[in-house]
Amino acid sequence: MIQKRHTREKVIRLFFFLAASISILVLTLISLFLFSEGLPIFSEVSVSGFLFGTEWYPTAYPPDFGIFPLLAASLAVTVLSALISIPLGVMTALYLAEIASSRFRQIVKPIVELLAALPSVVIGFFGMVIVAPFLQDAFNLPTGLNLFNASLMLAFMSVPTICSISEDAIFSVPRELKEASLALGATHWETIARVIFPASLSGISTAVILGMSRAIGETMVVLMVAGGAALVPGSIFDPVRPMPSSIAAEMAEAPFRGDHYHALFAIGMVLFLFTLAFNLIADHMAQKHKQVGAATL
Amino acid sequence: MGFSKSPRESSSVKNPAGHVEPQAQRTLSSMRQGRRTTFFMRHLFQKGFFGIFRMAAVINGAALLVVVGFLLYNGVGAITWTFLSQAPMDSMTRGGIFPCIIGTFLLSFGAMFIAFPWGVASAIYLHEYAGPGRTVRIIRLGINNLAGVPSVVFGLFGLAFFVTWMGMGVSVLAGALTLGALILPVIIGTSEEALRSVPSTYREASLALGATKWQTISRVVLPAAFPGMLTGSILGISRAAGETAAIMFTAAVFFTPHMPSSILDPVMALPYHIYVLATAGTDIEKTRPLQYGTALVLIALVLGMNLIAILYRARLQKKH
Repeated sequence: MIQKRHTREKVIRLFFFLAASISILVLTLISLFLFSEGLPIFSEVSVSGFLFGTEWYPTAYPPDFGIFPLLAASLAVTVLSALISIPLGVMTALYLAEIASSRFRQIVKPIVELLAALPSVVIGFFGMVIVAPFLQDAFNLPTGLNLFNASLMLAFMSVPTICSISEDAIFSVPRELKEASLALGATHWETIARVIFPASLSGISTAVILGMSRAIGETMVVLMVAGGAALVPGSIFDPVRPMPSSIAAEMAEAPFRGDHYHALFAIGMVLFLFTLAFNLIADHMAQKHKQVGAATL
Repeated sequence: MGFSKSPRESSSVKNPAGHVEPQAQRTLSSMRQGRRTTFFMRHLFQKGFFGIFRMAAVINGAALLVVVGFLLYNGVGAITWTFLSQAPMDSMTRGGIFPCIIGTFLLSFGAMFIAFPWGVASAIYLHEYAGPGRTVRIIRLGINNLAGVPSVVFGLFGLAFFVTWMGMGVSVLAGALTLGALILPVIIGTSEEALRSVPSTYREASLALGATKWQTISRVVLPAAFPGMLTGSILGISRAAGETAAIMFTAAVFFTPHMPSSILDPVMALPYHIYVLATAGTDIEKTRPLQYGTALVLIALVLGMNLIAILYRARLQKKH
C-alpha cells in the first residue's frame, strides 16, 4: 500500500516535471524553426554580406539582402530610447520605493503597471496621429515619423519594465544599511545616492538590460512610427526601418519560401539572438550579484 | 569664577566657563555658521533631487492619462451600438467592428485555455516539487528567455510551425497556440506568486495529518492559491488581446466577409484592425473616427481586465 502510494507520487512528480519543461521545449522549437527557415538565405548571400551589406532591396532584380541599415536603425532606436527610459524609470523606482508617501505610491504604482499593459499598437497609433504632426511642426521636419518619435514611444514602453524590476532591487537592500547611514548623520538624499543606489545597482542594471531587450524587439511601435526608410540614420530626425518592422511589413508580400521569405526569417534569427544575449546577460548579473543580506556588500 | 580677570578676556567671553580665546571663539562661531550653511545646502539638495524624482514619477503617470484621455476624447463619439454590433461595410470605411471583437475574444480566451494548464503545472513543479539545483535553474532560464522573445519572432515561429509545418493554415487555432506560447511566462509567473502566498503552515498541517504530497497540493494548496492564479489568467488574456505582431502572420486577416465557423478559419482582430485602418486602409483620413473607436474599445478591454486583476490582487493580499 505504502509502496503503491510512493510510486504514484513519483509518477505525479514526473508529470509536473515534464509540464515544467514545456518552456524549454517551446524555446527549442522557436530556434529550430527560425533557423531552418532562415539559414537557406546564406546560400544566396554570405553571412558578412548579410549583416554588413548596406543595401536592402529585397524585391529588386537582382535583390540585395544587406541588413546593416535595419540593424543600425534597431540599435539607434534602442539606445536613444534607453537614454530616455533609464533616468525616467530608475528615478520613478527610487521615488516610489524610498521617497513617496504611501498615498502617492498607491496612486502612481497601479498607473505604471497599467502603462505596461497598454497594447503596443495603441501606442504606435498615438505616436502616429499625435506625436508625429507635433514633431513635424515643432522642428519643421519633412516627416514626424522618424527615429526620435519611435524612441520616445519605445521609452514609455520600457519604463514600466525598468521601473518595476528596479523597485524590487531597491526594496531588497537590507534595512540596516539605510539605518546605519542615517544614524551617521547623512540626509535621506545622501543615503539614497551613496548607499541605497550603489547597493541595488546590479538589480537596476538587470532592469535596464531587460528594458532594452523589450525595446529592441518591439514591433508595432517601430512599424507605425519609425518612418520605414531602409537607410543608415544620419540624424535623430531621419526616418528609419528597424529589424522588427521590416519583418512585419514585408512578410505578407514575400513569396512563400522564396529568398525574401528566408531573408526575413534570418532577420528574425538576428533579433532572437540579440534578445537571447540580452536576457542571458541580465540573468547572469542577477545571479552573480544576488544580494544576500548585508554581508555581500 | 574669579581666576581670570583680564579685561580683554572678560569683554569677549559670554559664557561662564570663560576660557575661550577670542580667536578661537571666532572660529567656533564661524564653524557653527558654516555647519548651518552646509546643513541648509544638504537639505536644499535633497529637496531639489526629490523634486526631480517626483517629476519623473508624475511624467510616467501622465503618459498613461494622456494616451487614455486622448483616445477617450476622440473615440467616444464613434462608439455606437451599430459600431459595436455590425460588420465593416464599404471596404471598411463605414460600419462596425463586431467581427474584430469576436476574433479578439476567440484568440485571447483560446490562448488562455491553452497556456493556463501548462503554466499552472510548471509553477507547481517549480514551487512545490523542485528544490534548488541545476534543473530548476535551467527551466527558469528557459522561462525568462521565453518571456524576452520579441512578439514578431513568435509570429515567425507560428507561421513556420503551426501554420505551415502542422498545416493549420492562417487560423484561430494557429493564432491561439502562438499567443498561448507567448503568454506562458506570464501565467507561470503569476501562478508561482499565488503558490508563494499560501502559508507553509497549510502544507505542514496537511502533511502532518498523513496526506501525501499530491493530496496536499491538490486539496490544500491549489484551492488556496486558485484565486491568485485566476488573476494571472486575466493578465494573460489581456496581454494576448492586445498583441498584434504575433497574430499578423498566424491568425488575423485584413477582412473576411463571414464569421469564423470553425477553429481553422481566419479571423479579424481589434489590434490588427487598428493597424490596417491606420496604415493601409482605403481612406486613412476619412476612417479616423473608426480608428479611434477601435483603439478605445481595445484599451477599454485591456485596461479594464488589468484593473480588475490589480484590484482583485490587492483584495487577496489584504486577506492573507
